[in-house]
Amino acid sequence: MDQWSGYLGLILQGAWVTIELTILGSALALVMAFLAGLGRLSKLAPLRWLATAYIEFFRGTSIFVQLFWAYFVLPLLGVPLSPLQAGVLALGLNVGAYAAEVVRGAVLSVGKEQYEACVALNLNRWQCMRHIILPQAFIVMLPTFGNNAIELLKATAVVSLISLADMTFQAQVVRSQTGNTLIPFATILLLYFAMASALSWGVRRLERKLARGLDGVRA
Amino acid sequence: MVLAGEIGVVQPIIKVDRISKNFGAFQCLNELSFEVAPGEKIALIGPSGSGKTTILRILMTLETINSGHIEVDGDQLYHVERNGQLVAADEAHLHRMRQKIGMVFQLFNLFPHKSVLDNVTLAPILTKKMKRADAERRGMELLDMVGMADKAKAMPAQLSGGQKQRVAIARALALSPKIMLFDEVTSALDPELVEEVLNVMRKLAAETDMTMLLVTHEMSFANDFADRILFFDGGRIVEEGKPGEIFRHPKQERTQAFLKKIIAAGQRI
Ligand SMILES: Nc1ncnc2c1ncn2[C@@H]1O[C@H](COP(=O)(O)OP(=O)(O)OP(=O)(O)O)[C@@H](O)[C@H]1O
Ligand SMILES: [Mg+2]
Repeated sequence: MDQWSGYLGLILQGAWVTIELTILGSALALVMAFLAGLGRLSKLAPLRWLATAYIEFFRGTSIFVQLFWAYFVLPLLGVPLSPLQAGVLALGLNVGAYAAEVVRGAVLSVGKEQYEACVALNLNRWQCMRHIILPQAFIVMLPTFGNNAIELLKATAVVSLISLADMTFQAQVVRSQTGNTLIPFATILLLYFAMASALSWGVRRLERKLARGLDGVRA
Repeated sequence: MVLAGEIGVVQPIIKVDRISKNFGAFQCLNELSFEVAPGEKIALIGPSGSGKTTILRILMTLETINSGHIEVDGDQLYHVERNGQLVAADEAHLHRMRQKIGMVFQLFNLFPHKSVLDNVTLAPILTKKMKRADAERRGMELLDMVGMADKAKAMPAQLSGGQKQRVAIARALALSPKIMLFDEVTSALDPELVEEVLNVMRKLAAETDMTMLLVTHEMSFANDFADRILFFDGGRIVEEGKPGEIFRHPKQERTQAFLKKIIAAGQRI
């Protein structure tokens, strides 16, 4: 029994790395999503091209290859990254490219009458975006952002390939040390599921909070 | 209040000079010209598709023009002078010009994620750098004037159409524009809610010296409210005059036909 609690500790250490990757990766993805999503809607053509190139490139290549680039190729170009940094970078840029399209779609979903009200009230483009369009668009983005974050959580397992000791990596360790396959993999299955459930619960709560009052029902 | 006949004496606050506007191959406004004196209350009437909304949207800089000039309060709206030549105005110029003009929309266009009071105070705080406390005091005064002070904390979705429109009027007034544009502000409302909005408009007309242009299909309201009526058809002004002249002695055939249709549809004028 003692031995098993040691192995569980190992997996929990891995779980913490997975959580770290998910939080940091999501934060980077969020920043990239807004930069690229709004970039694609910019009036300035170079910004639009840059944003489109980023989105197409990161959606069009595999997360494995992106991770290998971040970890193995960037050092050759003079940018050495720790496994955690490389993992966050690859995951954040990859998921950010998908989420950028969510930002763009949500911003476009806000009716043109809201922009017209901005003009009639003499708000400038940025004030209109910041105070009127984005707050409404954000509520539209949230559910898909939740899915994106869960995708990112699931994708964190790829970092075991650059020997970052995340939950999947530790499960492999336990398996090879104990020869038991079922217990470690059943444990991480449950843990991934618990994390994903916590994520979607949090996003749903935020959604409800932000949408309060919008439908005429006073919460 | 300044009447049509006196325009020669007073400098007009709006001077629309041979404005044309095309949507693709369709010519919506056709060399449209008219002038408005400061403080004048103007009603734009005419059949559907005659260009009434379009000219208001052009004055609010929500549409571009294909040709012509507009002067607002002594300055060109869409042009600036550079080396003695009139060239297209940039965004900064439009921003300055918009301070003089406010608009109320048919479908209110309130910000659904902001409370009633925040809808009213947002623009003064952002564009006039007004302190929040001052903006809120003024906002409450305006909401009181439109009879909505008790709903200051409500969200737009909790209001009836008439209430929303009164909030939208207060929101536009909060920037103290010299000119207010109203585009069929009651036509999206249930009949029993129309009067509460019209009452606010009557009060505004009586108590302020703002210049007001309103598009309406409510002829009896146009009759009470306006100093002058512009009758639009096919992107031009076919006839203009004091309400008494237009409604009781229309000269143009098209005006007569339009009014006949309106009466046949059951409206009293
Ligand atoms: N964005 C647009 N694209 C194409 N055509 C347009 C556009 N906006 C207006 N039009 C056309 O221009 C004409 C004038 O429209 P406008 O809305 O100014 O009419 P209106 O006098 O306000 O009519 P109504 O009484 O029905 O509101 C209409 O035929 C309309 O279809
Ligand atoms: Mg119209």
